[in-house]
Amino acid sequence: MDAVTILKAYWFFIVPLMIAGVYCLVATRNFIRLLIGLEIITKAVTLLIVVAGYASGRLALAQSLVITLIVVEVVVISVAAGIVQCVYGLNESLDIRKTRNLKG
Amino acid sequence: MALTISVLALTLLSALWAVMTRSLMRSVIGLAATSVCVTALMFALGANLAAVFELSVCAGLITVVFVSTVAMTQPASSEELHERTRTHLRRYWPLPLILLAIGTLLAVLLPGAEIALPPPGEASDAREVLWTERQTDILGQVAVILAGVFGVIVLFKERK
Repeated sequence: MDAVTILKAYWFFIVPLMIAGVYCLVATRNFIRLLIGLEIITKAVTLLIVVAGYASGRLALAQSLVITLIVVEVVVISVAAGIVQCVYGLNESLDIRKTRNLKG
Repeated sequence: MALTISVLALTLLSALWAVMTRSLMRSVIGLAATSVCVTALMFALGANLAAVFELSVCAGLITVVFVSTVAMTQPASSEELHERTRTHLRRYWPLPLILLAIGTLLAVLLPGAEIALPPPGEASDAREVLWTERQTDILGQVAVILAGVFGVIVLFKERK
């Protein structure tokens, strides 16, 4: 099958995936759900990089970028999960609106 | 191609389930399922090394981090959740429609009729590219991992 056709087929699913992540980020007030939204956007980007590498014939380069992305992703999520637990210890809530007392 | 489309649809459905379900634990399971589907797609495209990383780190480690975070925090009661969902639906009902319209526009317009693909590069191994051409990335990865470790240490340091 033609690389452009494959790229287009993936594109039609990657865009809604990204939209689902953006919706999760915009609409929710829960800290953990925000991280889940971020993860979904990252999944869409990962898939886009791999399929772009496949279509352009540079899959090895795409894979090395994806590995870097995964490393960054896991560090961001680990630190964010630590922050969530600390904020929960202070506020007894996962609601992001209640973190305004951290201001200043 | 039919199998790929099915896995792509499954990826989207599991992501939507992760976003829409009320229970946080089910959301985390939905996210892990999305990761597994992305792994299958990577294998189908021939990105085996990245797929192994995705499966072990994203579907494994990150799921464990999320599950432990959910377990260490107290979820809201079912009445609170019900009330929040109703308020949420009242407030945000146009948002999915707006995002869907933007997405459809992007999906139709951006990958226009002519995608100019560059000439195929030299086929080489991902490990070779990572260790020879992308050495700066490895330095960056080490720096990010160190920053993450120090971040977690500072966050969980015992207060005197």
